Amino acid sequence: MKIKPYGDTSNDGKVQLSFTLPIKIGALGMEAAKQLGKQMGLIDPSVVSMEAIGENFSFYIVYGSVTHQIDLSLLKVAEITTPTFDKEAVEKLIADHFDRDLVFIGASTGTDAHTVGIDAIMNMKGYAGHYGLERYAGIKAYNLGSQVPNEVFIREAKRLHADVLLISQTVTQKDVHLKNMVELVELLEAEHMRNDVILVCGGARISHELAKELGYDAGFGPGKFAEDVASFAVLELIRKKNKTKK
Amino acid sequence: MNKLNLDQNMIQDSRRLAKQIAIDVQKFIDQHTTVTVERTVCRLLGIDGVDSFDVPIPNLLVDDVQNNGDLSRGIALTIASALQATGKNLPDFISAYLLGTVKLCGHPYVSCDQVRQILDPYMQVTFAKIKENRDTRDAFLLAYPQPKTEIYVIVATGNIYEDIVQAKAAATAGADIIAVIRSTAQSLLDYVPYGITTEGFGGTYATQANFKLMRAALDEVSKTEKRYIKLVNYASGLCMPEIAAMAAIERLDVLLNDSMYGIIFRDINMQRTFVDQYFSRRINAYSGVVINTGEDNYLTTSDAFTQAHTVLASQFINEQFAYCAGLPSKLMGLGHAFEIDPEIENSFLYEIAQAQMCREIFPQAPLKYMPPTKHITGNIFRAYEQNALFNIATTMTDQSIHLLGMMTEAIHTPFLSDRYLAIQNAKMIKKSMKSFSDEVSYRPDGLICNRAKDVLRQAHELLEEIAQMSLFKALEQGVFADIKRSFTGGKGLTGVLEKHPDYQNPVLDYIEGVSHEN
Ligand code: B12
Repeated sequence: MKIKPYGDTSNDGKVQLSFTLPIKIGALGMEAAKQLGKQMGLIDPSVVSMEAIGENFSFYIVYGSVTHQIDLSLLKVAEITTPTFDKEAVEKLIADHFDRDLVFIGASTGTDAHTVGIDAIMNMKGYAGHYGLERYAGIKAYNLGSQVPNEVFIREAKRLHADVLLISQTVTQKDVHLKNMVELVELLEAEHMRNDVILVCGGARISHELAKELGYDAGFGPGKFAEDVASFAVLELIRKKNKTKK
Repeated sequence: MNKLNLDQNMIQDSRRLAKQIAIDVQKFIDQHTTVTVERTVCRLLGIDGVDSFDVPIPNLLVDDVQNNGDLSRGIALTIASALQATGKNLPDFISAYLLGTVKLCGHPYVSCDQVRQILDPYMQVTFAKIKENRDTRDAFLLAYPQPKTEIYVIVATGNIYEDIVQAKAAATAGADIIAVIRSTAQSLLDYVPYGITTEGFGGTYATQANFKLMRAALDEVSKTEKRYIKLVNYASGLCMPEIAAMAAIERLDVLLNDSMYGIIFRDINMQRTFVDQYFSRRINAYSGVVINTGEDNYLTTSDAFTQAHTVLASQFINEQFAYCAGLPSKLMGLGHAFEIDPEIENSFLYEIAQAQMCREIFPQAPLKYMPPTKHITGNIFRAYEQNALFNIATTMTDQSIHLLGMMTEAIHTPFLSDRYLAIQNAKMIKKSMKSFSDEVSYRPDGLICNRAKDVLRQAHELLEEIAQMSLFKALEQGVFADIKRSFTGGKGLTGVLEKHPDYQNPVLDYIEGVSHEN
């Protein structure tokens, strides 16, 4: 199936966009905005608003119809395919398959000082009505906090015999998170630990697709809670266990 | 102003408790110094620059004394003794020191009077410069009187030259105050980076050279716009007093300068932060810099509805620490925020209650009111609506420093257009509602008055608890922002020293002694 944006009629392809041009407000800027719309694939772009920002910048709002369409049958999306169970079901899964507690350790690593995301997943009280991992029977959850260097994180993972490593990254500007996340994978490989753990990351700008690309097992973005990551990790651990048995 | 009919006795008693809490900590402060306090002494003596490995000279000197001398006596004693023994003036001594031809430590100590005598000429040069800056600022403010509510926006490109372009555009669009956000993790550096910088993450490095460039640029727009555009940076982290000194020298106008932010949000050791904040605030009092406190941040980690009283309790404490450091009320930009989940019914009324309460309890303070951030999502249109509500609350309750919310808060540091649209939003509300606050009063038994009463009562209770156990213990228990910090944990503790009975700090003595007609 092929689709186009929907404004007020099927397939009208209507989109809105806004941007700033580094030029004084005037007819030239207006024309530049329009041409930009055309080059972006808009038919009949209409500059509906133009305002001066300071002396040398101008701001535009443009409407137009895109010529492009998207063939949905050609798309591939990286999605976590394992189901999400509720807390009780996760606890039961653990009790049925393991005769020990599973160890989860988490941190906001590198220079990142944001803790609310990792706390939402791990702390007892959880977030938005979803309890955190600390409250799960069968899970020992260690939240190391923020600004934890990768070396320290790995040292703790070893010491605690962690089964699951949870990384939270919030600051993504200039791709600081990528460097930090890749470094962790490299360090884990150097320590021959990568295959012994489930490695999961999360954060507002983290997608599953990005996580896979960087060598993580999964990535969780906004709207994901403890039960999502717990379900994924426990199912992965069970799968791994069965594989080694065979 | 008394629209909420708040219990004045309870307010007074809260101040009494907060004072007791602060004085208790102040005793500890007075007995200690830190490496950054000593580096600040160097800076105020006029020592600046870096060696061939980019190590700031104040760090070289302080580290040297810590390793080879006795820093607990204060670096001033060591420097004065070295000058006496070598017969050199300070600049010549530093040049020789960098060449390795003279030593800093190991000279016979001069007397207390001699320390003052030898160093006084150097520090008077710096203090004259700071005094001149105050006069320049006062002249600007006389020529261009400031509005009741000032519009504050941030720039954070990482590149100071790019920041300047954006700051000028924002000022032209209507901003009164420009803050240059610092690069991620600068607060954990135990030195201040040097020189002009063009690379930073999530912000731009706070360096003296960057301060100078931005100040000059804003002076230019101030003149064309006929409004004095204020400049803000962060005296927080491991170098609080050093940043305050640099800001004083380069005429910054506002500094983020909380007594506990570093402890709670950056895991900096509490002994370290308490000692550092004191000296930094002393400098701010001397240079006439408005401090901004960070209570708004509590509401990003703990619930803004249930924990509103922690903000008020902390404001009372911050106020007393500021008094201890000689800051008058008019330089205390106490922080608070519009962070209640908008999904809560009547959340806007509760926001009004809290903002108005804050205004009434601290009538002289240039309150810093922060926009919604935590409940902003990627839906920029919803965010614009939330920011409009916040702007209305600001106008209705006469806040002083109005930190504008960005519709892209959940996405990136602001684009040029984000800032522009935010300023348009604020300006329209400010204009269309100009006299609104003079027109409204609140029902004495209504939701708003009752909410304010509750928050005050809870804050008072919390202050009683903290006074009983001491602030150190309270921080260990995580009373603020739900974050627990231990007395000996966190970063920077090795930089804290108990003062020797003969500790010398002529710079601090001088600013403690001078009382400006603030
Ligand atoms: C609160 C906050 C702060 C607080 C943090 C307090 C704390 N202890 O956490 C304070 C004030 C300290 C702060 C500081 C800074 N911040 Co900030 N901050 C925010 C804010 C307002 C909210 C973030 C938040 O708590 N969201 C709520 C949580 C629950 O959401 P979440 O993290 O996405 O988590 C959910 C999912 O993503 C997932 N998840 C998250 N982690 C993980 C991990 C795993 C394993 C899993 C499974 C799931 C998962 O689960 C959670 C629940 O669903 C955002 C703006 C915004 N509205 O998003 C800016 C924001 C994140 N901050 C930003 C910046 C730049 C900074 C600073 C660098 C500014 C500076 N220059 O000083 C500093 C950070 C310094 C440093 N060293 O990191 C930028 C980041 C821009 C970018 N994309 O890079 C933002 C977007 C604001 C902005 N527009 O500029 N910040």
